[in-house]
Amino acid sequence: MTLALLLEQLFNGVQFGLMLFLMAVGVTLVFGIMRVINLAHGSLFMIGGYFLMAALAWTQSYALAIPLAFLGAAAVAIVLEIIVLRPLYRRGPLDQVLATFGLTLFFNEAVTVIWGREPIPLSIPPLLTGSVEIIPGGAYPIYRLVITGVAIVAGLLLYWLITRTRVGALIRAGSDNREIVAALGININLLYTLIFALSAMLAALAGIMMGPLLSVEPGAGDPILILALVVVVIGGIGSVRGALVGALMVGIFDTLSRVLIPLAIQTNATSALVGMAVYVLMAVVLLFSRTGLFAAHRG
Amino acid sequence: MTLLGRRGILLLLLLAAAIVLPPYFGTYYTRFATQIAIYGMAALSIDLLLGYTGLITFGQAALFGVGAYAAGMLTVYGVTEAFVVWPCAVAVSMLVALGIGALSLRTRGFQFIMVTLAFAQMTYYFAQSLRNWGGDDGFTVPQRDHLGPLSLADHTTFYYVVLVLLVLVAALAHRIVRSQFGMVIRGIRDNERRVAAIGFPPYPYKLVVFVIAGGIAGLAGALMANHAKFVSPATMSWQLSGELLAMVILGSANSLIGPILGAAFFLAFRDVLSDFTEHWMLFFGPLLVARVLLVKDGIWGMLLRAAGVADRPDEPKVDYPEAVERIADPEPGASR
Repeated sequence: MTLALLLEQLFNGVQFGLMLFLMAVGVTLVFGIMRVINLAHGSLFMIGGYFLMAALAWTQSYALAIPLAFLGAAAVAIVLEIIVLRPLYRRGPLDQVLATFGLTLFFNEAVTVIWGREPIPLSIPPLLTGSVEIIPGGAYPIYRLVITGVAIVAGLLLYWLITRTRVGALIRAGSDNREIVAALGININLLYTLIFALSAMLAALAGIMMGPLLSVEPGAGDPILILALVVVVIGGIGSVRGALVGALMVGIFDTLSRVLIPLAIQTNATSALVGMAVYVLMAVVLLFSRTGLFAAHRG
Repeated sequence: MTLLGRRGILLLLLLAAAIVLPPYFGTYYTRFATQIAIYGMAALSIDLLLGYTGLITFGQAALFGVGAYAAGMLTVYGVTEAFVVWPCAVAVSMLVALGIGALSLRTRGFQFIMVTLAFAQMTYYFAQSLRNWGGDDGFTVPQRDHLGPLSLADHTTFYYVVLVLLVLVAALAHRIVRSQFGMVIRGIRDNERRVAAIGFPPYPYKLVVFVIAGGIAGLAGALMANHAKFVSPATMSWQLSGELLAMVILGSANSLIGPILGAAFFLAFRDVLSDFTEHWMLFFGPLLVARVLLVKDGIWGMLLRAAGVADRPDEPKVDYPEAVERIADPEPGASR
């Protein structure tokens, strides 16, 4: 095991962590502000990949397809929010879990009907193929560097949006006390739609960027969703900072354990340990803190 | 009539139908009814947690799958005595439930749902990594077990064995929720803080229910391994956890009988639609959404209403600290 390899894996871990952050921050925002558990969040990740594939087939250009896929996913999210999510704000967690689970079943099957059950490979945009030597002796794919950069920019934009803008002030106020916000004459319904669309766009962004790395297939968002939920549990629900720290922890831990565990132990149990590593991390965090590292809400 | 009450008569009618109908319609329907009874048992185990203790678990399939794997593996190793295999499967599932429950019951509300889901996914990946046992593809079980001298290879015999076990499990669950212990767990569901204040620590009580429910799910899993003669990680998938939860709600939670009816409805829905399209999930997803958003009662609740029974099962109250705020603010934005 060389230092270069270790560094490369560390980079991969950070990059995977940032993708998880884009997913987890949506889950945590929607829960923190609207008090809704959204199990359909993985579907929005999957839809991002499918829309990119479809838009690419139609326009033959990444420069057009990426914004199209992005807007398409946002449109789906807005429709979803108005039809299904809105009645759920007043419901208990069980209703929310079941309804959004039903949505996941629907979307997984819908993409199967439209695009088939087979995984569809997506190629990396031609401009971004190839690799660069960032550390001596280790070539690193440009595409991975670019999506890491995009995720960082998206994260910074989100930070700016929440802390520096009027909408951000409303979001923060809405998560603290929505009655007062409503009493001040703010259109809470519009704010909620906006937050849901925002979280969906972040999930779709992750889906679009991961499309060429994974493949686009029905249910592709489900494992990512579950990892994002682990991130939210570790980071503390409702906390954006917790989502970032949790996502980086999970991303790096998962990637490194895939490399290091097989080196350390070479038995039949290796692959089992690799798959379970992230959940062991979650269990350890839960042993020390019942509400995660940065619990934002009482209870 | 007065001796039993309308609820009792309804139950007897259902039981009579379960005894008489499937063998009358032939092997296909006997196997179908066996499947209903097995999934019904697994869904019933969720009802103990959801309906009576107020815990939303999204990971019950893990315990179902552990039971299936334990039973399947023992049978492959040549242990085919059901009196040995099934209790072993139940014991293993209870052990796993003890581990998962001990950790996840430290959390509440949103986190409990997520943590049970996450631990179920962990067992799923564990099963997937068992290369000697087929990995992702699973493995076939060579034969069904023997129940003492009774061979279970015959579908009708196996069906009746499963049915008897289901009735026994339902009776046991009924005893549990009516017992003093059951009063404590229902108290925890309704107001955990008060129950703690009068001297019952909630955590151990919840853990015991979680382990019992895990054992029931494990038994259902062991029966599934026997029924299908095939075990794969799919028995632990999060979809199955969600589907089991959906069965409970479709049938009426908080009733023990509802989950079984829910399982029957789910499987019948799948069976009927599969004749027309392989994409039946396209219809089941929206159906679930519609049930949640538009319909108040589950199937058992509807049946009781039709029979004129006043005392119907409520929608389950759940352990959810965030709900306190919700009550204070029933319609966000409505005060605008």
